[in-house]
Amino acid sequence: MVASILPLTLKDATVRKGGKTIIGPMSETIDPTGFTIFMGPNGSGKTTLLRLMHGLEHPRGGSVTWQLPAAQARTRQAFVFQTPVMMRRTVVENIAYPLRVRGEAKNRTLAQAAKWAEIIGLGNALEQNAEVLSGGEKQKLAVARALIVQPEVLFLDEPTANLDGKATREIEGILLAAQADGVRILMATHHLGQARRLASDIIFLYQGQVHERATAEAFFNTPKTPESKSFLSGDIVE
Amino acid sequence: MRDLWQGMIEAFWLIASFNADLYEIVLRSLQVTVTAVIIASAIALPLGAALAVNRFRYRRATISLLNALMGLPPVVVGLFVYILLSRSGPFGVLGLLFTPTAMIIAQIIIITPLIASIAHQAIRDLWATYHDLLISMNTTKWQRMRTLIWDARRSLITASLAGFGRAIGEVGAIMIVGGNIDHLTRVLTTAIALETGKGDFSLALGLGFILIALAIAVNMAIHAISRTERASTW
Repeated sequence: MVASILPLTLKDATVRKGGKTIIGPMSETIDPTGFTIFMGPNGSGKTTLLRLMHGLEHPRGGSVTWQLPAAQARTRQAFVFQTPVMMRRTVVENIAYPLRVRGEAKNRTLAQAAKWAEIIGLGNALEQNAEVLSGGEKQKLAVARALIVQPEVLFLDEPTANLDGKATREIEGILLAAQADGVRILMATHHLGQARRLASDIIFLYQGQVHERATAEAFFNTPKTPESKSFLSGDIVE
Repeated sequence: MRDLWQGMIEAFWLIASFNADLYEIVLRSLQVTVTAVIIASAIALPLGAALAVNRFRYRRATISLLNALMGLPPVVVGLFVYILLSRSGPFGVLGLLFTPTAMIIAQIIIITPLIASIAHQAIRDLWATYHDLLISMNTTKWQRMRTLIWDARRSLITASLAGFGRAIGEVGAIMIVGGNIDHLTRVLTTAIALETGKGDFSLALGLGFILIALAIAVNMAIHAISRTERASTW
């Protein structure tokens, strides 16, 4: 059995930009069992925290450590950005890319990528330029490109923020299937409805700190802090 | 105006009569320039990518220097290469002076900064887009550079073509290091300079038209092969 890279431990982790503290100092242990959703008002640090955990941001102070060494942990994670980045390649080459850089044979990676393209409904567009896909198709491609490496932990930063209902539902379906396959998901969203549909745990961020942490059921039924209550009732939280 | 017409007629006649000297000069021009562009691109494209991807001390100074070298005076480059390759120079023993190889060396020195600068600009813009994605995928620096060069390939073809344009029209440096020796180092530009000096303007113009046509033809051929400016391509 392969050892897990979890839990992820943040110890006094701090991120500062332009003289302003964006995150922390934060000390938390993250060990998602299913679908952990980060919520909070704009500027609460959701995106920065995900980037910090994934290694795209470096802590100004404190530490971020996985159960396994960082180099090993990096290969077992994937990240989906709010605005999907399409490489100047075809659909199938985009999906296959993460496997190619891991040194897997071209034929094998293309065959696997074609399977994933089929799953996300782009089976007929394998040789199409990925940059001309619709917004929803691009985000589905980005999710497939993240999942093709079979990550243990998948980070998603508001992946459906700019999408319509149909595309959102399709992406949620893909994510739920991945979760059922054992992928631990850490996702930022500000859509209450989406959080209610997907979350098993909620981490509510406020001013760069974990303000409340609970199971989804407890968070939505009995929020503990005034800020989370206001947030859930639709009030403006600054 | 009469000279222009005469020049066009001369150009047409040289081509139509399969003038052996003309074809020899054209082939040598192409051989020298294409070889220089291939070698310069092999140096400049990875250099442009490395400058875009890597952060190191004096990086800005290196980029500024590279941009400044785009304007290298060819005559000075010619003189520099001449001194290096002359019998009393450090590489004199190789016997390369007044050979096509010397002309290629001079052209490589002239066009490498130009290709590298344009390549760096194109790759830097793409790197800004790919940065988080490629780091997230745990790619090595070498993989990032390879990916950027491949995905920016159409912009990089333009960079190489800019180098080709500068090299095929270059006269100062290759005149110095090549010597414009008939049947050995004479190319279109040095032949034009020679005929102008002799006062044969119509022949000089004819060769000039052929040089321009050659540059346009090579550019169009490369664009056609690389299928730029087509729908759904980059």
